[in-house]
Amino acid sequence: MSTSILEPTPQAAPEPPEPERHWKDFFGFSTDHKVIAIQYFVVSFAFYMIAGAMATTIRVELATPDADFLGYEHYNGVLTLHGTMMIFLWIVPAGAAFANYLIPLQVGAKDMAFPVMNGLAFWLVPPGGALLLLSLLAETPPSAGWTSYPPLSLMTGQVGQMMWILALLLLGTSSILGGVNFVTTILKMRIPGMTLYDMPLFCWAMLATSLLILISTPVLAGALILLSFDLLAGTAFFNPTGGGDPVVYQHMFWFYSHPAVYIMVLPVFGIISDVLPVHARKPVFGYKAIAYSSLAIAFLGNIVWAHHMFTSGTPGWLRMFFMAATMVIAVPTGIKVFSWVATIWGGKLRLNSAMLFAIGFVSMFLVGGLSGVMVASVPFDIHVHDTYFIVAHFHYVLFGGSVFGIYSGLYHWYPKMVGRMLDETWGKVHFVLTFVGFNLCFFPMHILGLQGMPRRVVQYDPAFEDINRICTIGSIILAVSTLPFLYNAIRSWFWGEKASANPWNALTLEWQTSSPPIIENFEEEPVLWSGPYDYGIDSEPEEDDRSVAELLAEVKAEM
Amino acid sequence: MQTTVDTTPENDAVEHGHGAHGDHPDHRLFGMFVFLGAEAMIFLGLFAAYLTFRAVADVWPPAGTPERELLLPGINTIILISSSFIMNRGNQAIRKNDVKGLQFWFGITAALGAVFLVGQGYEYYTNTFGLTDNLFTSTFYVLTGFHGLHVMFGLSLILMVLLRSTTPGHYSSESHFGVEASELYWHFVDVVWIVLFLILYIL
Repeated sequence: MSTSILEPTPQAAPEPPEPERHWKDFFGFSTDHKVIAIQYFVVSFAFYMIAGAMATTIRVELATPDADFLGYEHYNGVLTLHGTMMIFLWIVPAGAAFANYLIPLQVGAKDMAFPVMNGLAFWLVPPGGALLLLSLLAETPPSAGWTSYPPLSLMTGQVGQMMWILALLLLGTSSILGGVNFVTTILKMRIPGMTLYDMPLFCWAMLATSLLILISTPVLAGALILLSFDLLAGTAFFNPTGGGDPVVYQHMFWFYSHPAVYIMVLPVFGIISDVLPVHARKPVFGYKAIAYSSLAIAFLGNIVWAHHMFTSGTPGWLRMFFMAATMVIAVPTGIKVFSWVATIWGGKLRLNSAMLFAIGFVSMFLVGGLSGVMVASVPFDIHVHDTYFIVAHFHYVLFGGSVFGIYSGLYHWYPKMVGRMLDETWGKVHFVLTFVGFNLCFFPMHILGLQGMPRRVVQYDPAFEDINRICTIGSIILAVSTLPFLYNAIRSWFWGEKASANPWNALTLEWQTSSPPIIENFEEEPVLWSGPYDYGIDSEPEEDDRSVAELLAEVKAEM
Repeated sequence: MQTTVDTTPENDAVEHGHGAHGDHPDHRLFGMFVFLGAEAMIFLGLFAAYLTFRAVADVWPPAGTPERELLLPGINTIILISSSFIMNRGNQAIRKNDVKGLQFWFGITAALGAVFLVGQGYEYYTNTFGLTDNLFTSTFYVLTGFHGLHVMFGLSLILMVLLRSTTPGHYSSESHFGVEASELYWHFVDVVWIVLFLILYIL
């Protein structure tokens, strides 16, 4: 400040006023990772509601064996968009939302490595979503399922399918830009003294997720570019009538879309690894095992894609390889599940909403994981391929897994993001409704699949009607279960009980700043005074470090 | 898609992650590497598709594909490879604070890049086969075309560096991320072309 007396300008004030967060910031282009995260949360949740409404209409249609609600014209379009939106506009961006909010806070940085690119990545999502929604209104909506296998996707009309492709290219680009940001922030922007092994496990999970995004998403873009040439320019890459090979599309598609399962579930693994120790008041069991198993899953996740193609004429030796590789994934995943169970074993559990959803996640994901091992086996898969068993399996992984975990994370970090607590009673109502509705909706589908009901059909054998009724009732409970959460989230935003900086007495860095955090996150550079999960560990406080000892005592008083 | 490239004025690079209060650490070159990794995957995916088509086919290229001219693409390959070395001289120059040298070598690189694109266009123009003739011709045009787009983008990066270098003091031996990034991108495009040339023309 070299202000002289000769310049009595108003700017001569020694300190500029502390910038304040304005509500308008949330509706425009922002470079603040916390604003971008909230934007991701709100937009992805809006698409969750839309895609969820589509799911409910699908279930209502399937309550009877006849095509009497959506009918032949609309069923395929709604089904296609339900799957596409749930994946690309809900779970993937919801993971990005948590990553945006938590990574800079957890590593003690002021923001992401590339804030402008971060804002850009978010602003690719709404146009992508709008394009998908509009495609439903096109004369020929995309109707080939979320996989859009050619030659079917080449025969269901150009306009809708092309809008679908463009939307996915936008969303994929957004995902890649996010991945670049996450990797750089995690690897380069940790506070001094924080090694990789001092990071919260969410950061490890996002490191693995980002690597998967960067390796696999571009290949999907390649497949979609070739598909659009087939669609518009009359080439025949994937069209057998012109000498092309549809199986090549399947390989490229699943090279992304199998890792995409882990892109969706790894961030949630990270959330759970962070939530469980806090509410069990115990150190996480097997920190390194959980961290390395994320990387192992990322590696193995890239070499198992053809298990989606056991019935696509894949040669026997290839099927053997992919079967074995797929089953091997159960090992790192099992390590995580055992570690989580061991983390809460003997802990002093707080059974609040965050914890209930976390435990719900572990148990529901376990069901999905076990049926995953079943379908990894070629002989079994050939029987259940394209039946409702598969539908049951992936909903246990993606809803029982990802969505339960996302809710757990929302209940856990909502006080940090908003500065107010969520209501616990409504949270528990939400959990019970979700848990009951989810299992009622999807568990019977295992039985439907084993009995041979094919997926993606609007009309089915009346013999399956009773079980389908149960599924439909479950789906309606599931749809209703969202309402207590919405009510709770909106009401608490304005009138909830004020949250302290660290309402859960947690040790990771995001709890070392105010709730919600100030614009550049920390008043002063945060101090790493314990490991991320050192709950209940007696460490000899040093003589000359009174304040640290006091802080430690405060957290451990509850033990 | 290539949005990682900086659009902000050059800052003094901060070596470690935590500079003084208020400034933002500079990890753009690291981010550029990560991004090029993703870019490489899109090409690897397309190459893998091409090689699979080829491996599965009984006859390759499919019957009726005209012989490919090798002279012009061969010259083009030499032009592109040498441009990478020439471009590096520009980077060497700015490390010695020699802006004139940067402009000279980057100018030649840009000219060579433009010659490559014209040569590619001429090849398309004189080819006796079209996009939809068969699986080989389709992959030929899509792969070379997609690469051509990357050359165009790399060329515009070089032109942007040339434009910015006219501002005195914009690039210095200490701060020249734009130079580094455009050079990195150009090398990447170069390496992709070598693989393309091998699998499309030679194999």
